[in-house]
Amino acid sequence: PLENANPLIYRRSGERPVTAREEDDELPDSIDDREIFDILPGAGSGPRAGGRRRAGRCGSAFLSPETHLIRSINDPEHPLTLEELNVVEQMRVKVNDAESTVAVEFTPTIPHCSMATLIGLSIKVKLIRSLPERFKLDVHITPGTHASEHAVNKQLADKERVAAALENSHLLEVVNQCLSARS
Amino acid sequence: LENTDPRTRGRGIQLLSQVLLQCYSQLQEKEVLHLVLFYESRLQDHHLVIPSVLQGLRALSMCEVLAPGLAVSVLKAIFQEVHVQSLLQLDRHTVYSIITNFMGTREEELKGLGADFTFGFIQVMDGEKDPRNLLVAFQIVRDLIAKNYALGPFVEELFEVTSCYFPIDFTPPPNDPHGIQREDLILSLRAVLASTPQFAEFLLPLLIEKMDSDLQSAKLDALQTLTACCAIYGQKELQEFLPSLWSSLRREVFQTASEKVEAECLATLHALSACLSRSVLSSDTEDLLDSFLSSILQDCRHHLCEPDMKLVWPSAKLLQAAAGASLRAYHRVTHSVLPLLLEQYTKHPQSSQRRTILEMLLGFLELQQKWGHVEEDETTLLSLRAPVCSVVFSALTDPSVQLQLVGIRALTVLGSLQGFLSPSDLELVVDHLIRLTLHEEDSQSSEAAMEAAGSLAPIYPKVFSGRMVPRLEEELQAGRVREEESSRDHCSLRQRCLQALAAVSTHTSIVRETVPVLLQHLRKVQKGSEAGSAQDLVSVCQSLHRVALQCQQDAEGCWYYHQTVVPCLLAMAVQAAMQESTQPLLGKALLEEEVLAAMIPVISAATTHLSPELAAQSVSHVVPLFLDGEVSFLPQNSFPCSFQPFEDGECLEAQRRLVALLMAFVCSLPRNVAIPQQERLLRELLALSCSCNCPFTATTAAKCFAGLVNKHPGGQQLDEILQLAVNRMEPGLAEGPCRTQALTLLLWVTKALVLRYHPLSSHLTDKLLGLLSDAELGPAAADGFSLLMAESPDVLHKGCHADVRIMFRQRFFTDNVPKLVQGFHGAGPDVKANYLKGLSHVLNHLPKPVLVTELPTLLSLLLEALSCSDHVVQLSTLSCLQPLLLEAPQIMSLHVDTLVTKFLSLTSSPTMAVRIAALRCAHALTSLPTTVLLPYKARVIRALAKPLDDKKRLVRKEAVAARGEW
Repeated sequence: PLENANPLIYRRSGERPVTAREEDDELPDSIDDREIFDILPGAGSGPRAGGRRRAGRCGSAFLSPETHLIRSINDPEHPLTLEELNVVEQMRVKVNDAESTVAVEFTPTIPHCSMATLIGLSIKVKLIRSLPERFKLDVHITPGTHASEHAVNKQLADKERVAAALENSHLLEVVNQCLSARS
Repeated sequence: LENTDPRTRGRGIQLLSQVLLQCYSQLQEKEVLHLVLFYESRLQDHHLVIPSVLQGLRALSMCEVLAPGLAVSVLKAIFQEVHVQSLLQLDRHTVYSIITNFMGTREEELKGLGADFTFGFIQVMDGEKDPRNLLVAFQIVRDLIAKNYALGPFVEELFEVTSCYFPIDFTPPPNDPHGIQREDLILSLRAVLASTPQFAEFLLPLLIEKMDSDLQSAKLDALQTLTACCAIYGQKELQEFLPSLWSSLRREVFQTASEKVEAECLATLHALSACLSRSVLSSDTEDLLDSFLSSILQDCRHHLCEPDMKLVWPSAKLLQAAAGASLRAYHRVTHSVLPLLLEQYTKHPQSSQRRTILEMLLGFLELQQKWGHVEEDETTLLSLRAPVCSVVFSALTDPSVQLQLVGIRALTVLGSLQGFLSPSDLELVVDHLIRLTLHEEDSQSSEAAMEAAGSLAPIYPKVFSGRMVPRLEEELQAGRVREEESSRDHCSLRQRCLQALAAVSTHTSIVRETVPVLLQHLRKVQKGSEAGSAQDLVSVCQSLHRVALQCQQDAEGCWYYHQTVVPCLLAMAVQAAMQESTQPLLGKALLEEEVLAAMIPVISAATTHLSPELAAQSVSHVVPLFLDGEVSFLPQNSFPCSFQPFEDGECLEAQRRLVALLMAFVCSLPRNVAIPQQERLLRELLALSCSCNCPFTATTAAKCFAGLVNKHPGGQQLDEILQLAVNRMEPGLAEGPCRTQALTLLLWVTKALVLRYHPLSSHLTDKLLGLLSDAELGPAAADGFSLLMAESPDVLHKGCHADVRIMFRQRFFTDNVPKLVQGFHGAGPDVKANYLKGLSHVLNHLPKPVLVTELPTLLSLLLEALSCSDHVVQLSTLSCLQPLLLEAPQIMSLHVDTLVTKFLSLTSSPTMAVRIAALRCAHALTSLPTTVLLPYKARVIRALAKPLDDKKRLVRKEAVAARGEW
């Protein structure tokens, strides 16, 4: 039985139109919020991540992945993207190209969402892979939207813990599944 | 035949059977009788003999002279004596063939057997496993049912013996020589299961069970089979199962992730609803359609009130699928849903919610279109006219562009429902469209409004020509008056007026209003002398072009357009060209290349669809205009001097440019229209193309010459004119000041001949290949290959009736690529790139499937081409390699080292397009086997970090995709 069979959905923003300026070989385009947003997993036309949410223990999901969580990430029964679930929104993405900083806030759909850490980790990994090294990344939960906000943020900010998590091949596979486009 | 050893006996019978298979058609009735009796008795013989006996019986089953009664006796004997399923596949197949043969020729006799025949066959096929036999067996069952054989008490058995294969689970073995696909079996079994309502009570529970399957293929098969059944079922069969069918369908649509499953469910619901609608009601039975639709409404209706929630669209789609099945279903559903949606629209103030609601409403309105007229008495829609209109109009004035767009679509649908809009509503509609077209800031809305006007105009031509066209004309002129302000707004307003005038010209009566407005505007712009007027002229031409395309299909409109526009454009151009020689500044804009280029498609589109008679009438004016200066047919024909574009003379430069307009006209004529003085015209064009110093004029003359040569009927005349062309070209190419012009002529004539497979084309192509090693002309000749292969926009294409053979590109490839490769190997280092470039152009225009089969032989050359410094070569090589990586990963794996190195180095090319293509190739590399890639993983990921910081966003996007995939 689904915990939330009829979730609120939001319209996807669609493909970013290509401007004449972008097609001009000479003019540089700076990295803007929309570009970062399009990189995020499940945003716009990008890859999708499933989101069947169940009540469950929140907290260190990515340090001890549980099988049902793994399955639910890739659960084909709810093909909604993180964008459609409003987990990521363009207005919560801030980039400063000159100072090489990126900040992303994400909003778990329910305050007890057990997937929060995994979603955060997926976002972080996607950004690490997709942005030049000069950028300093900050991924955190939108203030006031999750019960264990502080704990999750702390985990996501801890470079060593993120690195350690990605050493775990099992977890890496889950993250990769989460990030790969579904056919 | 009487030998005691069963093997020997078997061989005897085998020989006899082989003979009979050769000569069964020549047997006499008595002989057949004798043989049948013999073979029947042999059925009791040793099992080793049976296969040969069956072969013999198969031969006899094909005899036309088989006496009555024998067929039945043979079948009885087989049913009784042979345990078919213990035979080999081939022998079982023989049994099916015997049965099929008898069913084809002895239907009446077999029916005499009654249900015994059915039962016998059930036993024969029970347990069959081979797909080849199953296809035959399914066909037999289909015939049993279709031809009304008695099934008697064996309906359920017959169902069991076939339905046990459902859903079909069969994957053909690799290299299967029989070519039976899963799909063949599925369709064949479906035809059996859906062949009779008698199966319904057994089949429906099975289908309901399979709809719940975990296997998507089983789900789809069950849904499709159910849809097929609905074509023959009635209320009686469905009644008992409707509640569970509905709950299964609802569950699937509400929960599925697969668009395929959703689409099939909706199709099934549509079929069910149609099936129930079809049943005739008798007074004492319940109206099943009504109760079925009631349950759907009950389960879906309330979701429509939650436009932000996930189930809103699945619910709307279910309701629309059910409603679309029949007029009765439509009324039942919309009676309940439309008022609800209208109410919800008012309740939800947010634009995004309103958009969802309006989109659903639109879906229901579109269904109404299926039934055509809005009938006065019974429709619910008509009673809702006022609220529907007010909802749609409110959407049109909403600030949200998305909501406006849906509103415009709804407007188009409402307008297409005949009799729905009242005259006053209609005026409002047109006013809204004018407002959106001219004053809505967002260009999407404005364009959508123009399109809507275009599709409604043919239905209400009077309203649009009376209300919209005058407004647009007024705005167009007003824009000119206030032009001193020269603000961008006015410029874009004028643009929109021009576009809207074209868009709304979808009815002959409107075309007659808009064309004069456009032409008048063209004259005005030309008389003005402000900067940027060339761009304005081009805009008017674009609008004129669109109108031309829209009236091509209507013979009368096409002729009106041609007669009005072509002489007018010619007159203006001639006038301008003459002023050019006396007062060089006036009217200059009209003669600019871009303006002439914009007039070409107008004249061409006005000409291609003329009937041959009318085209002949027109050609008799236009050709003398250019050859003899006959200006009398032009609307204003008093000119200061004479028009002689083919004469020599410095001051005639401007007149010569108008050959572009001649080309547009004469190269677009249908092939069967004779061109007066064609030989003289060709000679003049040839001379002009070789001698003129203006590249635009020379090229145009060459194109015009090529366009005419392509359509010229073969024969001596053509040979002469071609010889003449070759004689002029060859010395021109060899040396002198006109080499470039000669090359241009060579290219266009070669193209004209390659397209029609003319024998001279290979001689000309060789000449072109020879020029690749020319230091001066080599690069231009290499680029010329692109011209040969590409579709040309104005001449030598199908649309203008050119003689184009369908496979010319493949043929050119086969004939010339070996020569290019050979030339490449023999060429000096400074000209090698020319060969690669030529090759790239040829490959680039070849259809991708052909390319993939041909490329492996060229692979080494392509890899070499990656090192070529010319970015055109790089780009086209990369675009050749990319599909090859995806479709022939095995071959490409052998070169992975070179590929990785080259692709990575090209990601830092100075050209953006090359960087993008190189990254796409790096991305496509990931389709090679993982074991091949692993050694390169770290290196590639490191190297792709650099393009992540590329200055161009489009490059970064590709880099993100490629690096993520690696």
